[in-house]
Amino acid sequence: MVKRLLWVTTVCAAILFSAAMVYANPEAYHVGCAFAVTGKASWLGEPERNTVEMIARQINEAGGIDGHPLVLHIEDTQGDNTRAVNAVRKLIKKDKVCAIIGTSRSGTSMAAVPVATQSEIPMISCASAAVITTPVDQRKWVFKVGPDDSDAALNIFEHMKAHDISKVGIMTGTTGFGAAGREQLKEFASDYGISIVADETYNPTDTDMTAQLISIRKTEAQAVINWSIVPAQSIVSKNMQQLKMTIPLYQSHGFANVKYAEAAGDSAEGCIFPAGRIMAVDTLADDHPQKKVLKEYKQAYESTYDDHVSTFGGHAYDALWLVVNALKKVGPDAAKIRDELENTTFVGVGGIFEFSDKDHCGLDKEDFAILTVKDGKFVVLEP
Amino acid sequence: MDSAFVDVLQFLIMGIQRGSIYAMVAMGFNMIYNATGIINFAQGEFVVLGGLMMVTLTMGFHLSIVFAFILSVLFVMVAGILMERLTINPVKQPSVLRLIIITIAVSIIIKGAAMCFWGKGSHYMRHFSGSTSLDFYGATILPQTLWVVGILCCVVAAYIVFFNYTMTGKCMRACAINRDAARLAGINDRKMVMLSFALSAGIGAIAGIIITPIIQMDYARGAMLGLKGFGAAVLGGLGNSMGAVVAGVLLGVLEALGAGYISSHYMDAIALIILLFVLFIRPSGIFGSAEAMRLKEF
Amino acid sequence: MKGKHSAGFFALIGAIMVMPLLVTNDYYLGVLTFTAFNCLTCVGLCLLMGYAGQISIGHGAFVAIGAYTTGILTTKLAWSPWLAMLCGVVLVLVIAFCVGIPALRLKGHYLAMATLGFASIVHVVAVAAVDLTGGPAGIVGIPRLNLFGYVLNSDKQYFYFAWSAVAAGVYIALNLIYSRVGRGLQALHGSEDAAASLGINITAYKVQIFMLSAVFASVSGSLYACYVNYIDPGPFDVMHSVLLITMVAVGGLHSIWGALTGAVVLSLLPEILSFLSDYLQVVGIQYQPDYDTLVYGGILLIIMLFLPEGIFSGISSVLSRVRLLFGKTAKGTDHAG
Repeated sequence: MVKRLLWVTTVCAAILFSAAMVYANPEAYHVGCAFAVTGKASWLGEPERNTVEMIARQINEAGGIDGHPLVLHIEDTQGDNTRAVNAVRKLIKKDKVCAIIGTSRSGTSMAAVPVATQSEIPMISCASAAVITTPVDQRKWVFKVGPDDSDAALNIFEHMKAHDISKVGIMTGTTGFGAAGREQLKEFASDYGISIVADETYNPTDTDMTAQLISIRKTEAQAVINWSIVPAQSIVSKNMQQLKMTIPLYQSHGFANVKYAEAAGDSAEGCIFPAGRIMAVDTLADDHPQKKVLKEYKQAYESTYDDHVSTFGGHAYDALWLVVNALKKVGPDAAKIRDELENTTFVGVGGIFEFSDKDHCGLDKEDFAILTVKDGKFVVLEP
Repeated sequence: MDSAFVDVLQFLIMGIQRGSIYAMVAMGFNMIYNATGIINFAQGEFVVLGGLMMVTLTMGFHLSIVFAFILSVLFVMVAGILMERLTINPVKQPSVLRLIIITIAVSIIIKGAAMCFWGKGSHYMRHFSGSTSLDFYGATILPQTLWVVGILCCVVAAYIVFFNYTMTGKCMRACAINRDAARLAGINDRKMVMLSFALSAGIGAIAGIIITPIIQMDYARGAMLGLKGFGAAVLGGLGNSMGAVVAGVLLGVLEALGAGYISSHYMDAIALIILLFVLFIRPSGIFGSAEAMRLKEF
Repeated sequence: MKGKHSAGFFALIGAIMVMPLLVTNDYYLGVLTFTAFNCLTCVGLCLLMGYAGQISIGHGAFVAIGAYTTGILTTKLAWSPWLAMLCGVVLVLVIAFCVGIPALRLKGHYLAMATLGFASIVHVVAVAAVDLTGGPAGIVGIPRLNLFGYVLNSDKQYFYFAWSAVAAGVYIALNLIYSRVGRGLQALHGSEDAAASLGINITAYKVQIFMLSAVFASVSGSLYACYVNYIDPGPFDVMHSVLLITMVAVGGLHSIWGALTGAVVLSLLPEILSFLSDYLQVVGIQYQPDYDTLVYGGILLIIMLFLPEGIFSGISSVLSRVRLLFGKTAKGTDHAG
């Protein structure tokens, strides 16, 4: 009830604001967001939308950005390419936004890249496939706050090397996220002297990964890497438990959602995965530079919404603050915002961003922590 | 134990577990098809509704499994009856395509309602009796899998008893064979149609309830479950429920073996390619008679 | 083409010419361009479903094949998009021939299942054949179409181009309906046995119309790929095929104009809903995009229950009823006088 009341008041406030802005204050800052709020990737889009709405509220209650109210235009892509392209076009052509946050998925981001590039509006993707921001000379207007898949892969391999694992079986989901991960794993394995002895995939709609796991069990694999972002991945650890497979399970950063660990139950205990530090903020050292940001975001999010904090919402947090900071400095000019973003260093939820004209992602492999599941909670794994 | 044998056994177990669900969805398809000649594209949504309702009742309201099971099945049966009364019954001159699209519309509505009510997340519930897997000649088997297979057997047995030994069941069969003749014999055919929707929804709900502990459930699962179940129904010969059970289990096993021995990348295609071949070579399905199919043409 | 249809055709051309003058916002032009792709596929599908009476829940597959052929040939071999589109058409003709011959012997639900199965197989291949199709990551950097060396860069240009393709498709379809082939098809729809006894080669007719409708879908897929510049398997799943047949059925499958109406209405529905939601917010009702699915299903159901012949014939029957009513009143006054 309270939540609904809050909703209604915000909406009314938003309408009043927008009305006030259109007529009285022409200098409102319009920022566009395109998230997969419904549809097959809604577990990404929902925390993202919640987060940006929460931050916009905070900013506007505090008097806006240097007095300019912040207006968010949030579009739902439903995780669908056509809708994503339409949504981004709508934000640019109809709502005349000066920057775009989103989209949620790697696939939809790639579909939206040509639109943002042609219209010369900076776009900050919340997805993580490396191809979104590389090659940089073709992605002048595109940035991303999702960490590079390659960095996650490197973290996994480093951990494996330290534990003398040299043969692995990989399982990837057939989504943009999973496919990109599969590529990175194959590319970097040999650098660490690790060989991939089984290469299996599963569909986001799959309900049982026993067959894939048995194929891995038949090989000499010493560990399983499961790389996926869909809820189905929590079935992997359950199936492993069912098959009584005891080799360690490594997950990707796509596992970083407490709900997945909950769904997997006790079978997820002890699995190892790289993730943003937001997932284990309570076990983070107090002097860590990100600690303050992480704690504030977690508290704000979990007290506003009846939901666990996730790295995905964190991406939206970083993207919006990057835009807001740029707006503070250079005002609502798309080209200037782009130039400003390219020279930004920012301590955010995802890590410490260092953007440059060579790097539109800004994160590196140090921004991952190796986590594990203990008693159903994410904790930093002691090396 | 020979490890190749253990693997085959494990694939078979997995396939039978998967196939049992396809089989039950296919039985649901057949029941409505026999009574009305309609393929109910909302069949998969019944499975989802059953699963989600069960999750709410057991995990949210902490009801006992048996009680929640009965309530969930009843709930979905009511949904099935409502569907028939509101969308199928009022249609006076049905064409096949129109009925197909009506059921597609209903499936979209159920999906939308489930999304608004249960949210978009994946829902999970505890296994009926523990989640520690048991050893079975070297392979492992979940207690829940035994529940799935056991309940499938019960449903099949109940089906046989109902349609062969009860008056209502015989009336329904009469309607399926010749509706006009059945009506002349004093059978209320409209009531039989409603009953077929209720039973079909009930079977779908049971399938959803027993599989949810293993696969989790979310609002968008229906389409895929429906598609595979439809495949099983066609493979077994539309309208032939016992054929559907065998075909469903077969489809699940083939999928599992295909994923294990050919390629997990093409797993979904394997079952479908087999299905297409069967359709092209023997359109009446493996167990359907060609003659019966010609009678059912439209 | 008969009088009524040529009037309709010229109205369509007129609407296409005028539209960019009314819709000045590039965004809405883009939405209308996407609508054009669906219209093109639906016109082809309507020939198959409405005129030949064969159901296909697999036309999304042909759209996918067209789009992927264009995507692969233009990016990997740097072919001209036109040549790639042509290749797509040839490939689709071959595939439709191979699938059509065994599939079209089937009827009703069996044909529906066979085409549905075919569509899922194509989708699985698009996802799994990573080396060829890029897998779930898709194909990036598909070039825009050029017309006589002039690249179609602006939305207005592409709008005109896409809708010209639709107009051409409608023209071909209308001519076909009133040819010998078209009459043969309609006879076939009525009764296959009767048609066969009149010397119509039903198998050949069915396969030919299946191939033709597949070509419509393929061209639409190629145009889509060149417009978006990026494809992945997402938009070509089975649900897209289902959406296509609901478009045809909602509009009214016994007429090309019906199929066009359905394609336009359902393609624009998300826009209409989001427009309405803005309006509802002002009134104080909190409409969330979550309800879209529910509303979409509801609209589909209502149309199928109350306008079984589709929106188009629904509207025309209402119009003729109104005309009848006016005619009657006119007569009535005569009597009174």
